[in-house]
Amino acid sequence: MELNTVWFILVGVLFTGYAMLDGFDLGVGALHLFVKKDEDRRMFLNAIGPVWDGNEVWLVTGGGALFAAFPMVYATVFSGFYLAFMALLCALIFRAVAIEFRSKEEWKWWRTMWDVGFSLGSIVSSFLIGVAMGNILQGIPLDARGNYIGGFFHLLNPYALILGVTTIALFAMHGSIYLVMKTGGELQARVRGWVNRTIGIFLFFYIILNVATFVYAPHLLDIVRARPWILAVFALNVLVVMNIPRQNRKGNEFAAFLSSCGAMVLLMTLFGLTVYPNMVLSMPNPENSLTIYNAASTAKTHWIMFIIALLGVPVVLAYTASVYYIFRGKVKLTPHSY
Amino acid sequence: MDVEILSRIQFAFTIAFHYLYPPLSIGLGVILVIMEAMWLKTGHVRYHNMARYWTRIFGLTFAIGVASGIVMEFEFGTNWAAYSRFVGDVFGSALAAEGIFAFFLESGFLAILLFGWNKVGPKLHFFATVMVCLGAHFSAVWIVVANSWMQTPAGFSIEYKGEIMPPGFAPDADQILNSRAVIHDFWAMVFNPSSMDRLSHTLVGCWQAGAFLVISISAFYLLRGRHKEFAASSLKIGLCVAAVASLLQLATGAKSADGVTKNQPAKLAAMEGVFQTQADVPMMIAGYVDMEKKETVGLQIPGMLSYLVGGSTNTVVTGLDAFPEADWPAVQPVFQLYHLMIAIGMALIGIAWLGMLLWWRGWLFDASNPLVRAFYLVLILSVLGPQIANQAGWFTAEMGRQPWIVYNLMRTSQGLSEVVTANQVLASLVMFTFIYALLFAVFLYLLTRKIQKGPDSEEDSEEMPASWIAMVERRKGQARAAG
Repeated sequence: MELNTVWFILVGVLFTGYAMLDGFDLGVGALHLFVKKDEDRRMFLNAIGPVWDGNEVWLVTGGGALFAAFPMVYATVFSGFYLAFMALLCALIFRAVAIEFRSKEEWKWWRTMWDVGFSLGSIVSSFLIGVAMGNILQGIPLDARGNYIGGFFHLLNPYALILGVTTIALFAMHGSIYLVMKTGGELQARVRGWVNRTIGIFLFFYIILNVATFVYAPHLLDIVRARPWILAVFALNVLVVMNIPRQNRKGNEFAAFLSSCGAMVLLMTLFGLTVYPNMVLSMPNPENSLTIYNAASTAKTHWIMFIIALLGVPVVLAYTASVYYIFRGKVKLTPHSY
Repeated sequence: MDVEILSRIQFAFTIAFHYLYPPLSIGLGVILVIMEAMWLKTGHVRYHNMARYWTRIFGLTFAIGVASGIVMEFEFGTNWAAYSRFVGDVFGSALAAEGIFAFFLESGFLAILLFGWNKVGPKLHFFATVMVCLGAHFSAVWIVVANSWMQTPAGFSIEYKGEIMPPGFAPDADQILNSRAVIHDFWAMVFNPSSMDRLSHTLVGCWQAGAFLVISISAFYLLRGRHKEFAASSLKIGLCVAAVASLLQLATGAKSADGVTKNQPAKLAAMEGVFQTQADVPMMIAGYVDMEKKETVGLQIPGMLSYLVGGSTNTVVTGLDAFPEADWPAVQPVFQLYHLMIAIGMALIGIAWLGMLLWWRGWLFDASNPLVRAFYLVLILSVLGPQIANQAGWFTAEMGRQPWIVYNLMRTSQGLSEVVTANQVLASLVMFTFIYALLFAVFLYLLTRKIQKGPDSEEDSEEMPASWIAMVERRKGQARAAG
């Protein structure tokens, strides 16, 4: 396999790690306002408390890897989606600050303000991530040098908006399953009830998205026709999602969560298999598309980075796993919790 | 205002805000390692309380550092797309390495540092603290390497329209958008001529920032007569780090200035306000740059700059006249900020060593002495010193690099995003101003509150897990047996 493809996969792995991990953080945020009691809200925050920071690093590292491996893509997407990415930054900052500061004061208005900030920040972040992916799938107008030539409102097209909403639903589903694992008692019983509902909502939007693909992104159908085995991944994905309520009913919290993680991985795999070897499809001038070849760094840089990844990634995975292991089990509130 | 100046203001503003926090994390990281090591060694509850208290302050600075740090990584692409395309092959790998080697390490073990007190044993907790401290230092390594490459590019070739150009090729304005820097020698890029000088200078500045924060808060408690033993122990550790770091900073600063003289003579000329290339150039202590008359007036040591540059007052120092005026940085601010940094650096040496002297003479903790109380006031304010000096130093380094974004290769004006308009940047700049003002207000508020609340008292160190209490008891038993 040539290095361009390897790096396409590795960048994908980093963003998949982000979706899988920060995905449940964002989902917990989206669900945050659905519990009213202060103690329950603190349980939600502390369920993600020790890990959300590390989870966001996957986004930072994914961005760094994209910059290094495919600078043209990084430059085009980040400058082209300028206002959308600024809004994303605003939402991510607000959210981080809200987690940190919410429980530092007892005042009701203070906590409510940050609760709303946390929840809105999470929802807006999820939505914008979905919108960005929707535009990549559908294709955006690029000039010959790879610059995005549409405006801000061009990004808010129906297809991207549907994917944005689907992403909120997906993360909310993932978050609710994570919360079942981290909570106990009455709160857990309530959250458990949310799982099937969030799955239902996600599947509803997912079906709409797939229908919308016929209308707004018919070129994706050509790709599926050329690579029919993508349908197998799709089928597997549906099965994995169906497995979640089954495990949930049986009380296998961890298995349900793993299934949900599997669903995230398969969704990102579908995304990757559908766009490859393009990275940013140009519509209506496909000849201006950025591919893993014309947008790439040199083979030498890919090699250097590959060695960096070989050295670093196993260590990262090892201690990420240890941290999750140390903080396994139900959340307990202490004076120094969030 | 045009896109260029707005984008520069936005980048300067967001990086200056961000840079308030990582130095605190790096410096406090070192101090936390020291405190936890002493806790492990002595088993004294006070050190446990110290480690826990300063960890809370650390957590606060770290959170804002992460939140404002994501902005920085995005901004290369959002505002400087042409730059990103030009340097991606070289610069990007340093950023990716930073993510993999530093950020994961930091944030992963931070969970244990902040939330693991009741979950892991003392030794594993200490290990996590060391890892967080290391991660914070690694992050400085990679970002300073990347930045130094912009100052003194090395280990690359220029590719123009897909062809590798001979060494020394500098693309002109028409060629730049079809050119890019490609890596040629990774280690030459990492160890480019300025990276180690600038890294050491940056890290020591961070240690100063952390040490003087500890000094300032401890002095506040001593002045108020609160948590006296806790404050005295913290102050001692802070002073030791500050005393060593302040002197080291003189050495790393001299080394950095030396490197600038060799590698970026136009920057050095601006830093010292030297217009004419000549021998016997004085060193300015403080002064004013008269851009009309093209001369610098003020307090000076005759011949000193020539002496520092070449070991003799006869050494010729390159002045700004050796460069076309279009390639000059903004002389006045570079000169003033550079001298501000030096003045503060000297003051910090004085404060730290005066503190050491008072400690040695046994006067430092005598809060009834009005002179000592006045010194506490100085110590409380000293926290601003490293912060201002760190900012001034970075502004000197980056404004001194202008008009280049990559020294002598790409101009800042050539690095902009072609598709981003002035209004868009204005909108995001307004957004950042608002959100960072809010962030800063909340930070100050919570910091004040943590200071007001103070550490746990020695008797009731809260919620110490059984394994830790056992350790304390064991130490006590050993001490009794020995004594």
